[in-house]
Amino acid sequence: MENFQSLLHGFTIALSLQHLALMVVGVLLGILVGVLPGLGAPNGVSLLLPLTFGMQPVSAIILLSSMYWGALFGGSVTSILFNIPGEPSSVATTFDGYPMAREGKSTTALATAFGSAAFGALVGVILITFLASWVAQVALAFGPAEYFAVYFLAFASFVGMGGAAPMKTVVALAIGFAIAAIGIDTVSGSVRLTMGVDELVKGVSFVVAVMGLFGIGELLIAVEEDIHARAVSSRIDWREVFRAVARLPKHGTALLRSAAIGCWMGITPGGPTAASFMSYGIAKRFSRRGRYFGSGEVEGIIAPETADHAAGTSALLPMLSLGIPGSATAAVMMGGLMIWGLNPGPMLFIDQKDFVWGLIASMYVGNIVAVVLVLLTVPVFAALMRIPFVVIAPLIVIVCAVGAYSVSNSYLDVVLMLGFGVVGYLFKKLSYPLAPLVLAIVIGDKAEDAFRQSMLMSKGSLAIFFDNRLVTSLVVAGFALLLLPLALQVLRLLRGDADTSGEKVRII
Amino acid sequence: MKTTPAFLLPAAMLALAGAMPAQAAWQPQKPIEFVATAGPGGGTDNLARAVQNIITKYKLTDQPVVVVNKAGGSGAEGYVYGKASAGDPYKVIFGTSNAWQQPLVSKVAFNYTDLTPIAAMAQDEFLLWVKQDAPYKTAGDYLKAAASGDFKMGGAQSKDTDEVLTRMIEKAGHVKITYIPFKSGAEAAVQLAGGHIDSHVNNPSESAGQWRGGTQRPLCAFSPKRLPEGPKVTATEGWSDVPTCIEQGINIPQYEQPRTVWLPGKVTSEQAGYYVDLMKKVQATAEWKDYIEKSSQVDTFLTGEAFDAFIKQDLEHVRQVAAEQGWLVK
Repeated sequence: MENFQSLLHGFTIALSLQHLALMVVGVLLGILVGVLPGLGAPNGVSLLLPLTFGMQPVSAIILLSSMYWGALFGGSVTSILFNIPGEPSSVATTFDGYPMAREGKSTTALATAFGSAAFGALVGVILITFLASWVAQVALAFGPAEYFAVYFLAFASFVGMGGAAPMKTVVALAIGFAIAAIGIDTVSGSVRLTMGVDELVKGVSFVVAVMGLFGIGELLIAVEEDIHARAVSSRIDWREVFRAVARLPKHGTALLRSAAIGCWMGITPGGPTAASFMSYGIAKRFSRRGRYFGSGEVEGIIAPETADHAAGTSALLPMLSLGIPGSATAAVMMGGLMIWGLNPGPMLFIDQKDFVWGLIASMYVGNIVAVVLVLLTVPVFAALMRIPFVVIAPLIVIVCAVGAYSVSNSYLDVVLMLGFGVVGYLFKKLSYPLAPLVLAIVIGDKAEDAFRQSMLMSKGSLAIFFDNRLVTSLVVAGFALLLLPLALQVLRLLRGDADTSGEKVRII
Repeated sequence: MKTTPAFLLPAAMLALAGAMPAQAAWQPQKPIEFVATAGPGGGTDNLARAVQNIITKYKLTDQPVVVVNKAGGSGAEGYVYGKASAGDPYKVIFGTSNAWQQPLVSKVAFNYTDLTPIAAMAQDEFLLWVKQDAPYKTAGDYLKAAASGDFKMGGAQSKDTDEVLTRMIEKAGHVKITYIPFKSGAEAAVQLAGGHIDSHVNNPSESAGQWRGGTQRPLCAFSPKRLPEGPKVTATEGWSDVPTCIEQGINIPQYEQPRTVWLPGKVTSEQAGYYVDLMKKVQATAEWKDYIEKSSQVDTFLTGEAFDAFIKQDLEHVRQVAAEQGWLVK
């Protein structure tokens, strides 16, 4: 109850006219940087940071966090419309969002994504409000072995579900791990796989990889197919926005399950990316329409979006209470906290009550402001789909090239991005799945670091993964998810059922 | 012929510039890029942005200053970029002692000799941190307990400053410690709070919040004398209350990490001189003092021969540790 009173006090701070105005500005700027690939939330927030130095800390954090919400929403727009994920965490949204938009239902896809994202964020904030102190303790229990177990769980829930041949999944994973290994290795400090290119010491940026794999790859496929058929006439229909949102409660189970996965991954520092992939994988496995996933299913959008935002929101908690940033954006904001003269960490909740509760209250208000604004923009974005393909295709190439270049002002990144485009095209043509490749690029090196740190700690004994209840249950859950499809397959064979997977399934 | 041939224009402009009376010193003519060899929010990034703010606030140059982050490969990305920009006086690289330490132990495609040293602007101190409820009260107790050989020390990166210091502690205290590399000092601090490691050697600013929050405390500082007195960090203690490690029986009198500023190679001495002056002006401001105090660093300014001598001395020392550990790259 004490938390509840503090929250009410926070609302009196967040609901001033000045702060509401800041939220609108922040959200609009956020949507803008979210929609432009390569400019994601971290860049946007660091560009805005110097402007906040003269502000009250509460006002400053409200502006920056609103921008973060806006960017999270905006990042889904390009995933759905053009198959270009702006942030690692919106990759899973492309799997069903893009096919749905291609069918001319871009309004539905966008509204569904925003609606479920808002639900996820709300669950995340409620969790922060009432369980703040408990949640902070959970995060502390995570050492290298537990981290590895969480990543293992994310891989396990996703592997073997994409509809591709198992061998092809393994190949895609292996290539992803190899790409993630490029650059300086944290554990040994040595340079790996740069193949004589000095600049590769920085590693391959995720943004560069996905813009090529998804954006350019999809474009090459589209060019090869009949170009005229690709122009989609999507009617701009305001009512469809509300209809799509109103249909959400029908998928209550999926929403709640995804929000739970998201919050769990946000608190245990798995992060939004692992959360969205895992939620998608589990939804595919447990949804009744799971086998149609990948061809534009509503729940295929709900699952990753809800989990992404639930995790993104609850990941702000470790930043405030422990001083560990859960994401790149959180790291920039933490730099801001220090410049404003606040020390993130356990004392923040005691010393700076106004700041903390003002921020938490602003999360409620800011997310509502963000979802209203972003739903209003749906028809505008959906209209983008009506632009003829011959016009939009070169624009996508330009956007991808500029986005890749702006990651670190490097020409090499543009070349790499185009190279990834060819890889993406080949993967599609040869029915190799892209999702395991991307998952391995994004969390492969983290999983590797965590595994090797665990091995250093245990002096090489695998027993460290069964050392306590937490890590044991994570590992066992991972194995269960990994073996479940296999067990089901065996059961089906024993019963002598005919294989029903003969239908054409989109490989993701 | 009505127009001047294009190739003559630059020459004509040069001649004109040479004839101008106010041409005493070099001045920047286009936007300046500050390259931070650390990610947003890291210590080096904070320095670059603090300097940028001071320059903008006092209009120390007419040209705009932008900060870009090139943190890949533990900062190697930024240094390689500096090397590739040889002769370009509009790229200022902000780094640490990494500039000369990293090429020793890792096959990176640069060396500090590829860059033009401008200055070392601030020194970050190192402390030995343990969990708040750890049984040992002094560094001596810590060493005694570490004799079991089961101690785990966390730190940022591998074969970098934190691991070098860990190996020095091993040698000075005649103990064996397992070093676990993490991505950053902040990550190591959380691992210590959770009890997954036994200690780390973070800079003051990396763990001030944790100390204040009562999850971990410093045992001693690797500094010849106690740190300067600032505002109290916890209710009762401040940085000056932390004993030095020599007082506590770990014979490592000094270990510091300088924040360094560089230009690419092959720039003229006027251009380098301009930036040395610029950094001196930055250091004279009240905002700089404020930045130093907030980040709990030591104010210092080494340039020219003093900076060179510092690099040589540090390099010799690290080379010795690296050789003993078998880290040197062939």
